[in-house]
Order: sequence, then structure tokens, then C-alpha cells
Amino acid sequence: MKNFNGKVLFLDRSDINTDEIIPARYLNEATKAALKPFCLEDLNLAGFDPKKDVRGCSVIVTRDNFGCGSSREHAPWALECNGINLVIGVGFARIFRQNMYNCGMIAAELPAETVDRRFSEFAKLETTVTTDVDAGTFTFSSGDKTLTVPFKLEGFDLDLVKAGGWVEYASVKY
Amino acid sequence: MGLTTAQKIFKTHAVDQPSDGISVIRLDRVFCHEITTPIAVNDLAARGMDKVFDPNRIKAVIDHVSPAKDGKTAEQGKTLRDWTRRHGIADFFDIGCNGVCHAIFPEKGFVRPGYTIIMGDSHTCTHGAFGAFAAGVGTTDLEVGILKGVCAFHEPKTMLVRLNGKLRNGVYPKDVILNVIKALTVNGATGQVIEFAGECAAAMSMEGRMTVCNMAVEAGATCGICYPDMTTVEYLWPFIKDEFSDKAAALAEYSKYLPDADAEYTKVIDFDVSTFEPVATIKYKPDQVVPVRELAGTRVDQVYIGSCTNGRIEDLRIAASIMKDKHIAPGIRAVVSPATADIFKKALDEGLLSIFMEAGCCVTNPTCGACLGMSNGILASGEVCASTTNRNFNGRMGKGGMIHLMSPATAAATAIAGHICNSEIFEG
Repeated sequence: MKNFNGKVLFLDRSDINTDEIIPARYLNEATKAALKPFCLEDLNLAGFDPKKDVRGCSVIVTRDNFGCGSSREHAPWALECNGINLVIGVGFARIFRQNMYNCGMIAAELPAETVDRRFSEFAKLETTVTTDVDAGTFTFSSGDKTLTVPFKLEGFDLDLVKAGGWVEYASVKY
Repeated sequence: MGLTTAQKIFKTHAVDQPSDGISVIRLDRVFCHEITTPIAVNDLAARGMDKVFDPNRIKAVIDHVSPAKDGKTAEQGKTLRDWTRRHGIADFFDIGCNGVCHAIFPEKGFVRPGYTIIMGDSHTCTHGAFGAFAAGVGTTDLEVGILKGVCAFHEPKTMLVRLNGKLRNGVYPKDVILNVIKALTVNGATGQVIEFAGECAAAMSMEGRMTVCNMAVEAGATCGICYPDMTTVEYLWPFIKDEFSDKAAALAEYSKYLPDADAEYTKVIDFDVSTFEPVATIKYKPDQVVPVRELAGTRVDQVYIGSCTNGRIEDLRIAASIMKDKHIAPGIRAVVSPATADIFKKALDEGLLSIFMEAGCCVTNPTCGACLGMSNGILASGEVCASTTNRNFNGRMGKGGMIHLMSPATAAATAIAGHICNSEIFEG
């Protein structure tokens, strides 16, 4: 399994699209690693600087419909090669969500109120998330402040995360 | 409870149910282009699994950057070209006979009612216009599709959108889908299939239905579906005439995929399309839609007519009818990109290309190019484009540029006027 723990990058907007996560001008790259410097380059968000703020983060917490738009798996790859294997949000675009699990990464849905509360409690602080896949919990921590919330990871999604992705799963099973 | 079209297709293609609500289905078609396929096939080779499940069910095209614009895109083209040769994939469309994937594959007769189709391209939902289940997927799904001929999906929930009534003159399928996306929002159909029904959908040509289904994904939908009918059969007849005794027999076969009368929908939404007017997007999301009249007078730098949404022959005919014997406004530039080589040839034979050139348009070869800011008409920072494409995301056609999505008629009228305007003033 991949690493699902670490520092959180809060992106406070719904409908962040795949062009914002990785612009099409980089789709001519032949390797996933080449995408690393360009992650979230076209995301215009108050207080967010893609050149500085992505570095060192392992988790994104965002709002609804993250990853809408193009089918490009370059979006999860751009996150993955920056060490981000977990995105927590209210909801995800279908293709982006499937691409995440197909890469053995996690796109976790939490209720809107839960996400909203995590934003108000932690977004201004340096925050880390620790994930317990088997127990189905995220623990948010900042200084002395700690809060554990449950999440649902089961069935096919969990199988893909444990297998390391869909190629690993399907090449054995089908 | 009865079944929707997508549910019927899933039932006939089911291979496995790895967990509750997940179906692994057998694929009739895996479409490939040079942007998302190379990493998939290189990964298969690196894993020692350089195989394809069936070279006859895989179709490939170079379309996103055509011809190659630099060393990197040349490598992507080469990877796809070499792979199709290595595996005997006969239906590979290289530059000269190529076209935008969602225009060329239907044109070649590769899509049939009831088919299951995936492609590493979000606008694969276009092919649902034929009553197929067609979905955009990422590179890993594509990779497994190429290797095993299967793909996993959540069992398809379906929303029914009824397009009732008749369109007014000057209102086109692009206006229909933009009006629908405005109502649904960019997240309104996430994870669902949209069935487009009603008098207006039934009256549309296959080209119009493809325009509508093409943008279903902009409301989050997995696929947009129109019901197979005699219009579908007529379009497909050159490719299916040896399979059926007559057109009625083909229609009877394809009618198997019509939804049951008691099919279960998540939602039924009725639109009276006679109230629709020409519309265009503002800002950076495709659900931010306003009537064209509210944007009248907005200056643009470039007009773009083309793409998998609106680069088909009907679109070019409409644009040419507006530009005939006129010239684009001073200070504006216009790019017309017929979506496939066949469309290009037809537009040439019909005199449409002469009309565009005499109007001062730049006519380019078929390519996705400028739609996603890769080539052939990229915007500079601060520039504005009136475009017949499908996404107005920030920076989509070039960093710092902005896009107003609209119909080919509105785009052509805008090119002539020099600012956004309703096509009515130029239409007979």
C-alpha cells in the first residue's frame, strides 16, 4: 500500500478541474515523474502558490467535485509524484475518482459538514493527517489539537488500494 | 422494475461483480489516441505484458497534436504508430487520413447501438448518441482494456432528460446542451448516465445528437445516450447493410436497447426547448451560461470553429452559410478546423472552405489542437476566444486566455461582427 499520512494542503474550492491540477500543455510528457514541477500550476486560489505550497504535502483536503473535466490520469500522477496519495473531499468527478483507486491511491468522501468543520478548525494551521485504512479513520493533528473522523473504504475500492492498483488486480483476476 | 438503456447494455456485457454495485463489463471497442495511450502501452511492455485482447476491437488515431509540433509529440505519435503495427491493429488513422477521435470513429462505422466503449478521453460519452454505453476513462483503465478487454464501472444509475418541443430558428444542439448543463450544473449528473429523450432529440441528426452527448460529461455524466431509431440506422446503413435484410430489421434489433416502460430513473427532467435561445458561457465553468444577447458587443480576439463537439460537416455548413460573401471583422482572427479528413474533403467539395478562406479564416487540418491548448490556435494571456469547443476552464486554450463556448452559428456571426452576437442578424 502507498503512504496516506502527512502534511495537509487545504484547497478551499469546489469543482477544481483536471486542467487546473495539470494543464494540457504538459500532456506531451512521456513519464509520470516529468509532471512533478507542474502540479496545480493553473489553480488560481487566494493564498495558494503552486510553486511553494505543494512541496512537502502528502494529503489534499478540498470541497466537492474535485477532478472534474478531462480523463487525464496525469492528474493523479501529478499528485502522486509529489507524494500526495490521498485526497479528502465531499465528492469527486467519476473518472478522477476511479483513476485514483486504479493507481492504488485514495479519493475519500466525507459529509459536507465534516469537511466544512475540518476547514474551519485546521485550514489555517500546519496540519497532518494519519490514515488507518483497516479501521477506516483519518486523524487530523495540529500541535495539541487532534481529531479522528471515520471514513468508508470498502469493497472494490479497498481491494484496489490493497492490490496497489487496477493493473495489478485485473492482470491476475481476468 | 424495468431497465434503462445503459442497464440493458451492462446486463448483456457483465463479466464479474467484484463487490456490491460494481460491474466489470466486456468491451466491444477500445479507442486510443496518442496522448493517453503511449504511457499505457509502455507500462504494459515494462511489465512484460505487451499484448492486446483483440486487435480488431481496438481502433487508434493520432488527433490531439496532428501533425506533431515538437519532439515530444512526435515521440507520442511514434509510440502509438509502432504499437499498432506491432499488434496488427489495422484501423489506425495516421495524419492525412485522421480526425478528431469522436468524429472519425463514428464516421468509420465503429459505433453501434448496444456497444460498450472506452477511451482515454473524457468526451468518449459522445458515442452514446448511437445508443451505446461509451465512457471516458484514465490510462490505467485503458491499459487493462487493451490487455483484457474489460473495464469496471459502478452499475449505471440513469437520469432522464426529456427535450420536449421544437427548436426555434437560430437555436442549435449546442445551445440545447449548454442550456441543459446550466440547469444540471457541472456536478449535477456525476456518476450517472443521461438519457436524452423527447421530440427534439428524436428530430436531431446524428451530428446534433453527438454534439449533445459530447458535453454530457460537462455535467459530470459518465455517458449521454440517445435512443437508436431510423436516423441511427440510416447513418449506419453503409456499414451494416450486409448484416440485415433491410433497415426495419436493423431497427428491430437495435430497439432491444430502448429502456423499459417501467425503467427506474434517479430523476426525470423536462425541458421545453422552444423556450431555449442561443447561449454562451461566461467565466470558467461550462454551467455558467447566459443568453448570447446578454453578451452582445463583447470583444473577442479569436473565433474557433471545430473540435469533437462542433467540427462536423453540419456545423461547417451552418458557419459557412453565415460567413458567405462576408469578411471577418478587422482585428479579429478566425480558425476553422474540420474535424476529420473526410469532413475536410466534403467541405472542400461543397465550396465551404472557399467561403471560409474568402472570409479571412485560417482553415487548419483536423486536430484537437487549440481546444485543449496544445497547438493550432493557442491564446495569449489576456485574449478572449469565441469557441465551438466544450470547455471554458481557466487557461484551457492557453494560459491566461478565456473562452466563451457557443454554437457554430453564434461563433460565425461573432467572427463577422467582431464581437459576440446572435446569428439571427446574418441568417436568412
